[in-house]
Amino acid sequence: MMWEILVQPFADFGFMRRALMGCIAISVGATPVGVFLMLRRMSLTGDAMAHAILPGAAVGYLVAGLSLGAMTIGGLIAGMAVALLAGFVTRVTALREDTSLAAFYLISLAVGVLIVSTRGSNVDLMHVLFGTVLALDDDTLILLCSITSISIFALAILFRPLVLECADPQFLRSVSGLSAMAHFTFLALVVLNLVAGFHALGTLMAVGIMILPAAVARFWSVGIGALIVIAVSAAMLSSLSGLLFSYYFSLPSGPAIILVAGLAYVLSLVFGPMGGLAGRVFPRRYLKT
Amino acid sequence: MTCALEFQDLTLGYDRHPAVHRQRGEIAEGSLTAIVGPNGAGKSTMLKGVIGILRPLEGRIAFGGLTRSEIAYLPQQSDIDRSFPITVADLVAMGLWREIGGFAGLQTAHHARIAEAIAAVGLEGFEKRPIGSLSGGQIQRVLFARLLLQDARLVLLDEPFSAVDVRTMADLIGVVQRWHGEGRTVLAVLHDLDTVRTHFPRTLMLAREVVAHGPTAQVLTAENQFRARQMCEACAGPPHTCGRIAA
Ligand SMILES: Nc1ncnc2c1ncn2[C@@H]1O[C@H](COP(=O)(O)OP(=O)(O)OP(=O)(O)O)[C@@H](O)[C@H]1O
Ligand SMILES: [Mg+2]
Repeated sequence: MMWEILVQPFADFGFMRRALMGCIAISVGATPVGVFLMLRRMSLTGDAMAHAILPGAAVGYLVAGLSLGAMTIGGLIAGMAVALLAGFVTRVTALREDTSLAAFYLISLAVGVLIVSTRGSNVDLMHVLFGTVLALDDDTLILLCSITSISIFALAILFRPLVLECADPQFLRSVSGLSAMAHFTFLALVVLNLVAGFHALGTLMAVGIMILPAAVARFWSVGIGALIVIAVSAAMLSSLSGLLFSYYFSLPSGPAIILVAGLAYVLSLVFGPMGGLAGRVFPRRYLKT
Repeated sequence: MTCALEFQDLTLGYDRHPAVHRQRGEIAEGSLTAIVGPNGAGKSTMLKGVIGILRPLEGRIAFGGLTRSEIAYLPQQSDIDRSFPITVADLVAMGLWREIGGFAGLQTAHHARIAEAIAAVGLEGFEKRPIGSLSGGQIQRVLFARLLLQDARLVLLDEPFSAVDVRTMADLIGVVQRWHGEGRTVLAVLHDLDTVRTHFPRTLMLAREVVAHGPTAQVLTAENQFRARQMCEACAGPPHTCGRIAA
């Protein structure tokens, strides 16, 4: 009975299987990047980058219609441009990265909204903002899986410089010149995964699957390896349950997935053993020596 | 005796305001030198110039055959993110960066050396602890263990003993003397003159310009200290009076 509820929709409908596969690919690729965003206190950077991608995708749409390639390339170009410009401005002027990033993404977002509202219909805007997880075709799935593979591979290679760049940036700069390279490659990974995410979940929801599972994991573990494993699992489970909810209650699936992840976050916030609220209200007795 | 470092009319500063002015002199290879001077004298600035964080406004530093990767640096205020989930052993292991680089794995021999370095600073049993759970003095010991692994020919320490207790300080001075015995060059910024007199054969007194440089007993005279204070009071005034001694 329970089994049927969980499995039947995926057994019966190809689009549900594709949706699940797409979401799992995004979970595996985007969530570890989200863990690093959280550890570097850059969670809001993910959000800013997501907004920055919008005009690129919109231009891609205007040029070639609902074309996977054009919207992907457009999103990548816009995202990378904002990341590079913000990084450049931070390194050569007095402005801090958060402000310069905010400045560029706001400009980018305004351009995006302008383009979409003058040339496209509301349906298109909905597509870019909320994605179409129930209509993933083969090409999109291949794209999502490729981006995930690239992302995992790059993170594995960059792991040590990235960890050190977060934990002790001054030391990394004193022993190696990899600091800037690690930073920009990482931002590129953020953009890449957001572009992957926006095909399924839309630009705004894509950040959700990146950040929320990382925040969930923080309440259950402190080790970096464990954080990544827990976050990826949380993202996959949210995708599965979100898709099922949207199937049975006819809800839009992107927001459903993110809301389930949000629910997991609230539960972790309350019950998580690592600094959750329950631990504050009912403190455990200290150890007697 | 060859020299590890030579300051050639070195001027360092921020936003065109000099903080170290026309410094000359050399540091002998294998020497153990204390750098002393009042707050704001430019001691930290000088070390930043040596490690290359600051570019000289004028002049240069000549390294006698030292490459940048052979210099280890302990900043006055490390910007370590204490909340980052990394263990003591992993942070210490980063001292091996020059050998393993950003990508290679750790060998068995490396693990043995990491354990040895942690033991040398008296932190056995702390290997698996996250750095966020250590006290300030314990973090300082961790940073020394990492310096041990860096195996550097020139070690720069910026106020390494501030905020550590007597026992920790004795242990860490033991580490510094071990480096000295191994023929490494050590430059350490210190404020406690008794420590300088007891443990540091040579001293460089700085007050924006070099006040004195030589054997500790000859540098740490009452007259020199008075002069250094005077020169620094001049620095505390408007920028244009900086570096000029009231005649
Ligand atoms: N980042 C900075 N930007 C601008 N001015 C600076 C900066 N850091 C230091 N200064 C100035 O340079 C001068 C020398 O500073 P420095 O940090 O080298 O002093 P110090 O000798 O290390 O002092 P302390 O004993 O307090 O550590 C000071 O007048 C200080 O105000
Ligand atoms: Mg200083």
